[in-house]
Amino acid sequence: MPNIRHVKPKKGDILLLVGTMKGAFLFRAKRSRRSWDLAGPYFPGSAVYAMGYDDRDGRRRIWAGPQSMHFGSLLRSSDNFGKTWTNPEEANVKFPTRTETALQRIWQIAPGRADEPNTLYCGVEPAALFVSKDAGETWKLMEALWDHPQRANWQPGGGGLCLHTILPDPEDKKRMRIAVSAAGMYVTDDNGATWRPSNKGVRAEFLPNKYPEFGQCVHKVVQARSKPQRMFLQNHWGLYRSDDRGESWTDIANGVPSDFGFAMAIHPDDPDRAWIVPLESDQFRCTPEGKLRVYRTKNAGKKWEPMTKGLPQKQAYETVLRDAMAVDSLDPAGVYFGTRSGKLFASSDEGKRWSTVIDGLPPILTVKTARV
Amino acid sequence: MSFVFVIPGPLRELAGNRGAVRVNGRAESISDALTLLWSQCPAVRDRVLTELGEVRPHINIFVDGESIRDSGGLGASVREGAEIFILPAVSGG
Repeated sequence: MPNIRHVKPKKGDILLLVGTMKGAFLFRAKRSRRSWDLAGPYFPGSAVYAMGYDDRDGRRRIWAGPQSMHFGSLLRSSDNFGKTWTNPEEANVKFPTRTETALQRIWQIAPGRADEPNTLYCGVEPAALFVSKDAGETWKLMEALWDHPQRANWQPGGGGLCLHTILPDPEDKKRMRIAVSAAGMYVTDDNGATWRPSNKGVRAEFLPNKYPEFGQCVHKVVQARSKPQRMFLQNHWGLYRSDDRGESWTDIANGVPSDFGFAMAIHPDDPDRAWIVPLESDQFRCTPEGKLRVYRTKNAGKKWEPMTKGLPQKQAYETVLRDAMAVDSLDPAGVYFGTRSGKLFASSDEGKRWSTVIDGLPPILTVKTARV
Repeated sequence: MSFVFVIPGPLRELAGNRGAVRVNGRAESISDALTLLWSQCPAVRDRVLTELGEVRPHINIFVDGESIRDSGGLGASVREGAEIFILPAVSGG
């Protein structure tokens, strides 16, 4: 087994949680974010599609959802920055017997709202949402979404039928949105008792009906903390903005080399700022023209500008997956993304300049940030 | 009746750091024998079986050298004194 390194973050440090096809890594930097210390690999050999950080209620807890090809998937957590991890005797995320379904993969771990410090959500494949009300000790399938009558018509995308995005509304405790590839977005207004599709204006280029009620292949959705009406959506062809909490969507693919892509991130405070990495659609799924370009909007999608300083602009045929981009909470915001070729890039000035944190990780599946 | 389970390296920590676990009790099938193993090593169960009670796709179980996939699966009979290997399949990338 590989030698595992650890970091000892101090208060105010920034952590990157990086899940790869061969385990999880942590990267620690001081507030300046000039240099990064590596920790890991944790769960070597397991694919880690989901990571999360829970700092509510005095916790400093890292979550990961390693998937062993042999031994299955479960949620594990660490309260000491990876030095030790829980290893529950019984798989903590499992389908009830009546579903006749077995868990394939954990795709997303999302802490609930700040004023519900013991609530966490977990999105999995096959597409389902689990909730914990005891800070992750026990998990329960959210039955109404599982039993949704449209489920029979959901189609798996290339990554499987995965629930990959979870957005508890910051202001309305009963409202939450999720996204499934390829079923689209669904919203609950009653804390999960009922769900309805929420894809008005989102294109499904791969279906005869281009604007169906559901069935879109939504790749990632982000929501502004300071203005929850504002959301951005990166679709399987299509780049969208909503100003009504996702009830309707407007095409904002203005000046991007492709409206296809996976990853997306939104500024922690400014609801008009977001970042994407366009990919050549849809057979190739690599950066167009061999240039690795992050595109940023500062005006809610009226215009997108390439952010390339420090990123390879020749022979760079990269892919950035749907969960592999994140921002931190500092000012100016740090922006981070990882590629399938194992490169991790960081910007401490909202994308103006980029540096390579590491080149040589296994394929990167998820990047999350935490401020200790 | 007694049986010996050979535990793969990655699961030994969950089996009290044992490479082999002897279980005693009545078992007519490999499923029964595994139930005896779970009573001693409960954390091994969900790593070997899915929540549907099926052997995980990349786990192989050999009873006296024969894969249970070729001999009736979990319902296959098991003899007194059998040696049962739980092994990760050759898979990965």
